Amino acid sequence: MNAPASILPLKLDNVSFEAGGKRLIKDMTCTFEAGPRTVIVGPNGAGKSLFLRICHGLLSPSAGKVIWQNTGQTDPRLHQAMVFQRPVMLRRSVTANIDYALKLRNVPKPERRQLIDESLSRAGLGRHRNRPARVLSFGEQQKLALARAWALKPQILFLDEPTASLDPAATHSVEEIIQAIHQQGTRIIMTTHDLGQAKRMADDVMFLNRGRLLERAPAEKFFDEPENDLARAFVRGELLWWRLGKDNKRNQKRPNNEE
Amino acid sequence: MAAVSMVVSLDPNLTEIVGLSLQVSLGAVAIAAVIGLPLGAAAALFRFPGRNALVILLNALMGLPPVVVGLIVYLAISRAGPFGVFGLLFTPAAMIIAQVVLVTPIIAALTRQVIEDLWFEYEDQLRSLGADPAKALPTLLWDGRFALITAVLAGFGRASAEVGAVMIVGGNIDHVTRVMTTAIALEVSKGDLSLALGLGLILLTLSTAVNGAVFLIKDMAERRHA
Repeated sequence: MNAPASILPLKLDNVSFEAGGKRLIKDMTCTFEAGPRTVIVGPNGAGKSLFLRICHGLLSPSAGKVIWQNTGQTDPRLHQAMVFQRPVMLRRSVTANIDYALKLRNVPKPERRQLIDESLSRAGLGRHRNRPARVLSFGEQQKLALARAWALKPQILFLDEPTASLDPAATHSVEEIIQAIHQQGTRIIMTTHDLGQAKRMADDVMFLNRGRLLERAPAEKFFDEPENDLARAFVRGELLWWRLGKDNKRNQKRPNNEE
Repeated sequence: MAAVSMVVSLDPNLTEIVGLSLQVSLGAVAIAAVIGLPLGAAAALFRFPGRNALVILLNALMGLPPVVVGLIVYLAISRAGPFGVFGLLFTPAAMIIAQVVLVTPIIAALTRQVIEDLWFEYEDQLRSLGADPAKALPTLLWDGRFALITAVLAGFGRASAEVGAVMIVGGNIDHVTRVMTTAIALEVSKGDLSLALGLGLILLTLSTAVNGAVFLIKDMAERRHA
């Protein structure tokens, strides 16, 4: 069987998103080539989750375009997956949850069985296969969400703060699974609040604030010497809104003053 | 005492009435569930012109007066009515039709609420996996099955307690269309209050037994699936 045509690189061309009369994503232009892991960081309300949802097609941009490649040969929706901050499990067994996702993608039954076995064993959930998914712990449910996404063999995987409510042990397991998925060739784009996790997981980092992309840089450069002053404040752990207020006051008093 | 001795001796007339009552009510609820569950789910999931009007109508129809339904069904299936040719008037089938009309809005309206809440929780995940509302409909009906049992039980409660509609379209004919509620009404009008009370207790016991059995099954299944 031929491998499906690549839907990457993903390009966003001047994308904006409005809701309730507010522009929540503003003029975002960027490209995601196949390969590296991108981690999106920024404070609450920066638009990180919205950005992922627009890329994944759950929301349509109010302006601009989300461009996938080879759309004439393949449907980009079939080659993406997303894992959310709070895992959503159907009221059925662990196996049936993955089977349901594969059925929606029209995967034939014998192949489904094999994919379920593979993904469960890689995620370390083999012993839970016949248990109802909702009786698993929160961390196990998140691993199952990753296993379900993995079974779909996506070319690109969006992860929206996948470890936000997990303890360090569960976070470590989830990060290992994400690394393994990436090593199999899946493009990873994830959001996080955890700078330590961003350092561990990122090949390149995007910094968003108030719906704008303020900086994008290779991970090492971003954490060592971020160019944007807000990004620098964020990396240092300063409170952005406090900093903003202080800067604005200072700028109002001394408009020509440079830091 | 008369009612107790009838129950203890398994009086054939009584068992016939109880049997027909269950047949009519359970039959009507089964048909109403087949119509009402997907109808309610569709009202929750799809956006179409007139959707709000449909939702308001379903909610309003939950309080349909049984005698009005009985009258409308009577007019529809009487000899002069559009369905008179089927000869349904004063048969158990007519009683089932009337109860289906009464129960379907209850099941549909409660289903809409359950499925709307579930869709709110599941929408992003299901859309991400590739399910549009049409594909999500059976999934959500299955996932909401424990809450939907309550909707169906509400429908059963309405059907088993209903007297006005079945009296009009069934006629309360002995050995043909007499059910518990119409028999109670008849005994009250005859002045045999103790027998009417006894029949009422049997109806209450049956209704409690059905609800209790369903509750236990639901509770066990719910615990299993968390």
